[in-house]
Amino acid sequence: MLGRLTIEAIPLYSWVAMGGAAVTVAGGLAVFLLITYLRAWKVLWTDWLTSVDHKRIGIMYVVLALVMLVRGFVDALMMRAQQAIALNSEGYLPPEHFEQIFSSHGTIMIFFVAMPFLTGLINIIVPQQIGARDVAFPFLNSVSLWLTAAGAALVLVSLVIGKFSTAGWTGYPPYSGIEYSPGVGVDYWIWALFVSGVGSTLSGINFIVTIVKNRCPGMTYMRMPMFTWTTLCISILIAFAFPALTVVAAQLALDRTLGFHFFTNGDGGNMMMFANLLWIWGHPEVYILILPAFGIFSEVVSTFSRKRLFGYKSLVYATACIALLSFTVWLHHFFTMGSSANVNAVFGIATMIIAVPTGVKIFDWMFTMYRGRIEFHPSMVFTIGFMVTFVIGGVTGVLLALPPADYLMHNSTFLVAHFHNMLIPGALFGYFAGLNYWFPKAFGFKLDAKWGIRSFWFWIVGFYLAFMPLYVLGFMGMSRRMEHYADPNWQPYLIVAFLGAVCVLCGIACIAIQLYVSAKTWGSSRDVTGDPWNGRTLEWATSSPPAEYNFAVLPEVSDIDAFHDMKIKGTAYRAPHQYEDIVMPKKSALGPILGALAFGLGFAMVWYIWWLAALCFALCLVCVGIRASDDNTDYVIPAGEVARQENERLARLTPADMHDMRDFLPRGAASGSVLQGRV
Amino acid sequence: MADTSLASNVLEHEERQSLESREFGFWIYLMTDAVIFALLFATYVVLSQNSAAGPTSKEVFDLRHTAGETVLLLLSSLTFGIATISMVAGKGGRVVQWLFVTLLLGLGFLAMELIEFRGMIQEGAGPDVSGFLSAFFTLVGTHGLHVAFGVIGICVMIGQVLVKGLTLPVRSRLVRLGLFWHFLDIVWIGIFSVVYLPGVM
Repeated sequence: MLGRLTIEAIPLYSWVAMGGAAVTVAGGLAVFLLITYLRAWKVLWTDWLTSVDHKRIGIMYVVLALVMLVRGFVDALMMRAQQAIALNSEGYLPPEHFEQIFSSHGTIMIFFVAMPFLTGLINIIVPQQIGARDVAFPFLNSVSLWLTAAGAALVLVSLVIGKFSTAGWTGYPPYSGIEYSPGVGVDYWIWALFVSGVGSTLSGINFIVTIVKNRCPGMTYMRMPMFTWTTLCISILIAFAFPALTVVAAQLALDRTLGFHFFTNGDGGNMMMFANLLWIWGHPEVYILILPAFGIFSEVVSTFSRKRLFGYKSLVYATACIALLSFTVWLHHFFTMGSSANVNAVFGIATMIIAVPTGVKIFDWMFTMYRGRIEFHPSMVFTIGFMVTFVIGGVTGVLLALPPADYLMHNSTFLVAHFHNMLIPGALFGYFAGLNYWFPKAFGFKLDAKWGIRSFWFWIVGFYLAFMPLYVLGFMGMSRRMEHYADPNWQPYLIVAFLGAVCVLCGIACIAIQLYVSAKTWGSSRDVTGDPWNGRTLEWATSSPPAEYNFAVLPEVSDIDAFHDMKIKGTAYRAPHQYEDIVMPKKSALGPILGALAFGLGFAMVWYIWWLAALCFALCLVCVGIRASDDNTDYVIPAGEVARQENERLARLTPADMHDMRDFLPRGAASGSVLQGRV
Repeated sequence: MADTSLASNVLEHEERQSLESREFGFWIYLMTDAVIFALLFATYVVLSQNSAAGPTSKEVFDLRHTAGETVLLLLSSLTFGIATISMVAGKGGRVVQWLFVTLLLGLGFLAMELIEFRGMIQEGAGPDVSGFLSAFFTLVGTHGLHVAFGVIGICVMIGQVLVKGLTLPVRSRLVRLGLFWHFLDIVWIGIFSVVYLPGVM
């Protein structure tokens, strides 16, 4: 009846694991009680969980990412604490538990922090940046969110019922095969990836169509903001790379569950095929995480330097170049597989070539800042911190791209330091910059800048303290994922790295305080105009938070910095002659239901509860069938209602709220007077 | 009264645009599916000689049986095409008839494939025997699973045409299902020429 699920699944084997389970259950319970206490279930269900509004879906994605960030960071802190004390001793974590922690840390940070964070920011902003009212497929968007949440729930549940994988976040066979990992851990990992991977693929398809089909009049491809460009590029990457993850996860599941021989040692399996298939997805994935952050940096740097982005075209081409090249380098993750020298050389050179377009971007951002009027807003500070730190990671990456050097440093802590050096400044700092930059757009009030700056300093100091010692340790011969070690020379560095992790903890606490303080004093930091930073792109043309339909009348664009252009011309904030009816998608309960069914399916497959798996799968098909037969998914907001909302907004605006753009009027070089004909 | 007709105009305009986006999105979905099949083909090519202690491809493939499957599937693509032509001509009854023929051909294909699979497993050539057979069953089985979903889709669409008639959304769904069905044909031609033909040569 319950497959292999028995009472032994409860983690009584270690106090630390029990603690983790208790915290997870207590956290869930606390949220449940809080919502019940606030009597918010109905509002939550009707206004949020079943919503297909891209802004609300985006906010839910970011909330998921922040919650999982805390979980993933606790893992990191535990690992650093273990390594700081485990010289010639067992430390406080048994080996099997330590292995679960590094596996879940990587899995959570990639799939359930970085992916939902970037998808959330894209959801909130991209439709507004291209002057659209919603994404192309609003219901599919909701399904994507709930599939991602189902995957995250599977990882969280593994803490309470059963164990998580001990095979690392990449889960290489044969160790992750049934012979060496007979428990449920690897299955949790597989199904969490599978379910959330399908969600990501659907998101990718959704945003390709949204950007290609839903741009407002006048917005040609070469007038799209950089964040939209990077989103288009990564959506294409997602659509082409994530199927590889689906395939490799399914094959490993078949090996484990039905005794297939894709990756086994004997019977004609080939385990290196797993590494190839995984990294055919995995390397583009790195760029899927980083390119949107590059887009955010581009927006932030031009807004807070008060200048047009330098080298817009070169940034577009560099982004496209990186996206293309990202499919040609996967083998550098396993040079030690033993391909011929020529094969390794080709992939090594391809890897080094990626540094070129990336370097172009760094120069573009620096030239944007050059002679700009720089304002040190938290998002700008994160951007500058990124530029300085990311270059170090890039240089160590080029070092690792040399196959002979890679043979020495493969799977050492040097590698660990390198990819954290790419992903923390390259991706996470970008998302934090985006959080500080776009928060007023999503919620209608600004985040507290003081705590934002503090969080930045803790993060960057913590980052250097935590990862620079790992570069050194890599040269000293320390391999990654060590539960304990015997070389006393390593310990001082590992203690410094632990202090770095504590510093990052303070950074996370600062973000929590920042959110709390800002929410408490929201009245004094309200964003009345919808344009708190004197922004340049279309998302600042809507109100904050935007009306359900974003734009009452679709804007006409004639410049890259569309809204900046409107403000100079004086066409911003102008009421149109006439409002029209607007068609918007209806909310749907099928999104969260499909998410719940996917969770049930994954859970049942992990525990071999076949009847439940079959039931959940059949119900999924029924849900899809119901949706595919529904012709009544839209409703109309009458023009009168639109006019009421818009007039209310325009009445609140006073000229004092608006940004004075007279300085930006085009002037003659000789006379210095305004050129009337050019406006 | 004027208000409601205006609202329905807006809705219809929006619907047309939305259906156009859906068709474009469906093409991209098919591309993602093509990537899945491409990787399964690659896996098969890598593992096709790894028959370990089990039978080789020469011993398990029967080209006459495969030819039968191929005829059924290619014919079903033709009949779906005729159903689409009837749809363009606006003949709902014809559409249902041809969809029904397509459904029968699809079911016939699935039955033949299941017979083939069962025969192989009974002869000791199941997917758990060798890397070659794992890759074979996964590639061909994934295609078969897609055909099964297509069959379900055809049932749903027959129902929709009967209940709703050839409305705009129903036509759009039929076109997309057709794309899916023809795509599976192309994949099958790949399977025939990468798996079965070299397997018996």
